[in-house]
Amino acid sequence: MAAPTPPISEGPRARHRAWDGGTAVLRFATVTALTFLGLLAITFFIGRIVPIDPVVAVVGDRASQEVYLATREALGLDRPLLVQFAIYVRDVVTGDLGTSLTTGRPVVEDLKRFFPATFEMATLGILIGVSLGVPMGVTAAARAGSWIDQVIRVLGLLGYAVPAFWMGLVALAVFYAGLGWVGGPGRIDIFYDGVVPTVTGLLTVDALIAGDWQIFRNAVSHLVLPSAILGFFSLAYIARMTRSFMLDQLGQEFVTTARVKGVSPRAVIWKHAFYPIRVQLVTVIGLSYAVLLEGSVMVEIVFSWPGIGNYLTTALLRADMNAVLGATILIGTVFIVINRLSDVLYRVFDPRSR
Amino acid sequence: MARLHLWLTDDAPASRWQAQAGQAFRVARSFARSPLAMLGALIILVLVVTALFAPWLAPYSPVGQNLGERLLPPSWAHWMGTDELGRDILSRVIHGTRITLLIVVMVALISAPIGLVIGAVAGYFGGWTDRVLMAITDVFLSLPKLIMALAFVAALGAGLQNAIIAIAVTSWPAYARIARAETLTFRNSEFISAVTLQGASSLRVISLHVIPLCMSSTIIRVTLDMAGIILTAAGLGFLGLGAQPPLPEWGAMISRGRSFILDQWWVATMPGFAIIVVSLGFCFLGDGLRDVLDPRQREGR
Repeated sequence: MAAPTPPISEGPRARHRAWDGGTAVLRFATVTALTFLGLLAITFFIGRIVPIDPVVAVVGDRASQEVYLATREALGLDRPLLVQFAIYVRDVVTGDLGTSLTTGRPVVEDLKRFFPATFEMATLGILIGVSLGVPMGVTAAARAGSWIDQVIRVLGLLGYAVPAFWMGLVALAVFYAGLGWVGGPGRIDIFYDGVVPTVTGLLTVDALIAGDWQIFRNAVSHLVLPSAILGFFSLAYIARMTRSFMLDQLGQEFVTTARVKGVSPRAVIWKHAFYPIRVQLVTVIGLSYAVLLEGSVMVEIVFSWPGIGNYLTTALLRADMNAVLGATILIGTVFIVINRLSDVLYRVFDPRSR
Repeated sequence: MARLHLWLTDDAPASRWQAQAGQAFRVARSFARSPLAMLGALIILVLVVTALFAPWLAPYSPVGQNLGERLLPPSWAHWMGTDELGRDILSRVIHGTRITLLIVVMVALISAPIGLVIGAVAGYFGGWTDRVLMAITDVFLSLPKLIMALAFVAALGAGLQNAIIAIAVTSWPAYARIARAETLTFRNSEFISAVTLQGASSLRVISLHVIPLCMSSTIIRVTLDMAGIILTAAGLGFLGLGAQPPLPEWGAMISRGRSFILDQWWVATMPGFAIIVVSLGFCFLGDGLRDVLDPRQREGR
C-alpha cells in the first residue's frame, strides 16, 4: 500500500484533511480507471488470440495478396499493437463495441435490450439473499454451537458445493412441473408477451406502471424461482460472513459491559453488536451482488431468461466474438463499479478508514 | 507403540527428522479430531481410488450404447438408471471422476505455481516490482472469474484442455495475494538476512527459502478453491465448452439430461449429486486443513 506522502510540517488541521480527501478521490479514480483499462487489455488480448485470421474472415481465403493487404490496412491491423489497443479503448469508451454476427445489430444496442432482464432477476435475488442471510447470520452467531447454527453452516457450505444450473433444473422440475407453484421458463407467459409498453425494461415495474395486475402477477411468478436460486447462493455467503463479524463483536468487552449492565439480550445483539458491523456488511453485500450478476449467466440458461447470460452463451456457441467480448466488458464493468462503490461506501461509513 | 508416541511428542527432539515427524504427528492428530475434516478426507480418498480403478469398478462401459435399454429408471441392474443412449449412468459417473480429478489437479498445478512465484517475487523485492505485479493481480482479482473463463474458452475453442487453461488463467491472483502477504511477514527476518549474507542469490532465496514457507497457506487456499474449480468446470461442460462427448464429464451429462428432466429426472440429477459430494468433500477438507495448519485463519466458533 502506497500511503500518500504526509505533509512535512504540521499544517492546519483543516487543510490536512482536505488534502487527504482530494488524494482519496484521485486515488479512487485512478484505480478504477486502471482496472477498467486492465479489463479492456484482457478482452483485447482475447480478441487477438482467436485462431481465426480476421482478414481472412472478411476477404475469404482465395483473395489475392493485394486485396488481403489492402483489407488488412483498412482494418488497421498493420499498425503497431499499442496503436491498435489505443483505438480499441477509444471505440469502447465512445460506446462502439462492433456489430454482432448473430443479430446483425450493434452489440451496444443488444446489450441495452438484454441487460434489464438480468438486472431485474439479480436485484430481486440480492434482496432475498440479504433479507434472509443477515438475520440468519446474526441468529447463528447469537446461538453459536446450537442446532440452528449447524443448519446455517451446512446451508452455507451447500452454497459453495451445489452447481447453480443443476439446482435450477431440479427446482424447475419440482416447483414448476411437479407442484405448479411458479411460472415456467422465460420472463412471462407467451400470450402476455409484449402487452405492456416497455418503459424501464423491467417487466414487473412496467406492468405496475401500466396498472396491469394480471401481467404483474404473471411476471412475478416467472421471476421468483430464478431469483430465489440466485438469492440462495448470496445468502450462503452473506450468512457466513455476518456470523463471523458478529462473533468478533460479541467477544468484545463493550458487549460484555452492556450485558453486565443489564441490557436485554435482544438489544445487546441488535444495538450493540450489530450496529458496528453494518459497515463491513455493505462491502460483503456489494461483493455478493457482483458475484450474483456473474452467476446469473448459468441460471439464465436453465430458465431461458432473455438476459445478458443467454446473449453471451448464444454468442459463445456461434463464435460471435464481438458479442462475447461486449457482454464480457459490460459484466466486467458492472462488477468493477460495484466493487469500487462498496469500497467507497465503506470509507464513507467507517470514520476509522478515512 | 507407547515409545513411538513418546518419541513423536518429545519436547526436545534430538534430530531434525524427529522434529519433522513430531510436527506431522501433531498435525495429523488434531486433524483427526475434526469429524467433518475426516469426512472430507474420506470423500477425496474415495474420489482418488475411484478414478484410479474406474475401469474395474464400473459395472458397464461408460460409452457403450444399448438402445434397447434407453432411459431406464434406477434399478438393481442400473443403480443410477440409464441415459438416452442406454448407457449406464453410474458407470459414466465413475469414469467422470477421472475427468474431474484431472481438471482440479491440472488447474492447481498450473495456477498455484504462477501465483506463488508472482507473490513471492513481489513481496521479496518490494518497491516498483511489487507495485506493478500487485496492480496486475488486483486487476485480475476484480474481474468476474466465470465470465473471463467463458471468454477465454470462446477464443481458444471448446475442449477439456482449453477449459483447464481458462480456469487456471483466472485462478492464480488469489494465490499471488496470499504468497505476497506471507512473504511480507518474514521478509525482514534474520534467517533471510543470514542466507543473503552467505552470498545466496535472490533466485536461491526465493526458491529455497521464501516459496517453501508460503506453501502451507497456498495449499489450504487451493483446497478451498477446488469446489469452485469443479463448479466452473462443470458449468463450462454444461454449456458444451468443456469436455466434449462422448467423454462422461458431469456438467455435460447434466446438460444432456436437461431435455428429460421432467420425465426421466435421474439423467440430470445423478451427476449433480456427484458434483455436490465431491465439492463438499473439498470444502470440508479445506476447512479442516485451515484449522490445523493455519489457526490464525480459523473462523470463530
